Amino acid sequence: MIPEDLSYSEQHEWIRAEGKVGTVGITDHAQDALGDVTFVELPVTGAELAKGQEACAIESTKAAVSVYAPVSGKVVEANAELEDDPGLVNSSPYGDGWIYKIELSAPAELTSLMDAAQYGDFLATEGGH
Amino acid sequence: MPFIANTKAQREQMLAAIGSESVEELFADIPPDLQCGELNVPPGLTEQEVRTRIAALADRNSGGLISFLGGGFYDHFIPAALDAIVSRSEFYTAYTPYQPEISQGTLQAIYEYQSAICRLTDMEVANASLYDGGTAVYEAIMMALRVTGRRKVVVDETVSPIYRKMVRSYTSNLGIALVETPAAEGLPDRDAVAEQIDGDTAAVIVQNPNFFGCIDDVTDLAELVHQRGGLLVVSCYPISLGLLKPPGQMGADIVVGEGQSLGMPLSFGGPYLGLMASRLKYVRKMPGRIAGRTVDARGRKGFVLTLQAREQHIRRERATSNICTNEGLCALRALVYLSLLGKEGLVELARICAAKADYLRGRLLAVPGVTMRFGHRSHLNEFVVNLPMAADKVIRGLFGRGLAAGFPLVRYFPEMNNCLLVAVTEQRTKEDMDFLAHSLEVILCG
Repeated sequence: MIPEDLSYSEQHEWIRAEGKVGTVGITDHAQDALGDVTFVELPVTGAELAKGQEACAIESTKAAVSVYAPVSGKVVEANAELEDDPGLVNSSPYGDGWIYKIELSAPAELTSLMDAAQYGDFLATEGGH
Repeated sequence: MPFIANTKAQREQMLAAIGSESVEELFADIPPDLQCGELNVPPGLTEQEVRTRIAALADRNSGGLISFLGGGFYDHFIPAALDAIVSRSEFYTAYTPYQPEISQGTLQAIYEYQSAICRLTDMEVANASLYDGGTAVYEAIMMALRVTGRRKVVVDETVSPIYRKMVRSYTSNLGIALVETPAAEGLPDRDAVAEQIDGDTAAVIVQNPNFFGCIDDVTDLAELVHQRGGLLVVSCYPISLGLLKPPGQMGADIVVGEGQSLGMPLSFGGPYLGLMASRLKYVRKMPGRIAGRTVDARGRKGFVLTLQAREQHIRRERATSNICTNEGLCALRALVYLSLLGKEGLVELARICAAKADYLRGRLLAVPGVTMRFGHRSHLNEFVVNLPMAADKVIRGLFGRGLAAGFPLVRYFPEMNNCLLVAVTEQRTKEDMDFLAHSLEVILCG
């Protein structure tokens, strides 16, 4: 299940760009690999992030991983729902389990990300572990 | 690494196996000035000879002094029951449990220790301990930097100079702004501290009672630092909390302290115990191990190490601390000590220490030329007196009479040449204190 309308990073983040603002989450593959998410450390609103910089962290019952910024920009909103219900990352990775919204400072960076087909190939090869 | 003895024949066999003529040839690439050469090691001794030799060395120590030394480490009585309990083989390992859930007893002890520290400090969560009071201050600073994302830390001069020195050393390569504010008559100077709190200030560090033994209510400092988005870190003396307002009630965000007074014998350098407690909302930024209580699949009570995603074995270089152990045995001592003392015992102990200090203060001030420093401040069991001559000279004189009279503040405060820091615990009798006052009078007045 890889939605067609999103862009993907090699760190398994997705971004849905709408105008100047993009919504970021982790992919179904990533949540499945993580297992039950127990805590999402949300990014600070207003934080300026460069592409590839650590935005926040996710803890599951078996690991703790960083979530990176797939593109550069400023964090404009964090998904407060995840504070009470971090399991949304598992149950709805592309929907209610979104993590933060970023105001793109360099929209051209979107072209450097993968589309759904490319991400599918990526998972099938090197990223699929 | 173990020392593995080998014979000349074995060495020759090993050299032959690697094709080397001699040990000298093997190490020939090491520049001569870096080679250790012949070691000046005397021939071996028998066990009997070693015992005689070491006993003779130990005799050169000055044991049995009547001690009024404090400065963060206090001579409290340790009940024999404490050693009996912590020496049980089930407990007798200081090492951190890495397959923790198999050690339910250890985890329960840690959990109960954490609960005791939370009640003592009136905080919401405590960790399973750190190394000592000084490293606990450093860890609190690192925690405040993580919580706030800021880069400036304000440490007041009334915090132990030993801790301040440790913090300067630990943080020297971190690129943070470490500011020390000058004290005003034995307490933090509110204006000086306020001036240093800005939008980049992660934390203000204070101590209560402070290094001069002065008691402070830092509620106003907590409000001040909170207004500007920073945290207040309070270093405490746990025995004092039997009587004093706990840091949690003053608005402290992180409470640390030296746990030595909770059943650890005084020894040069430890092992001691670092206390740390915090507000629950900052727990994920806390260093160290944390034990939690839970239920197993059948609903039975059990204990686990919890919130491990903060720790090195999961979070790697992003862990909240590079301290991956705890002072397990020392924390257990603290728990057993507090349990033996009980709630009322702790209050009574603090009261006795304060009353004895009050008595000694009266006796010392009756000696001609001795005055109180910071006399208008409140004190518990420790205070500073001004002497009519250099304090270290007086200390040397009293040493000859079997007294460790106190700590010469000039060692850390050059302008306090005549100042003596005196501490009293329940261990000091009326006779001890009378003897100190009398001896001081003899030395000062001849």
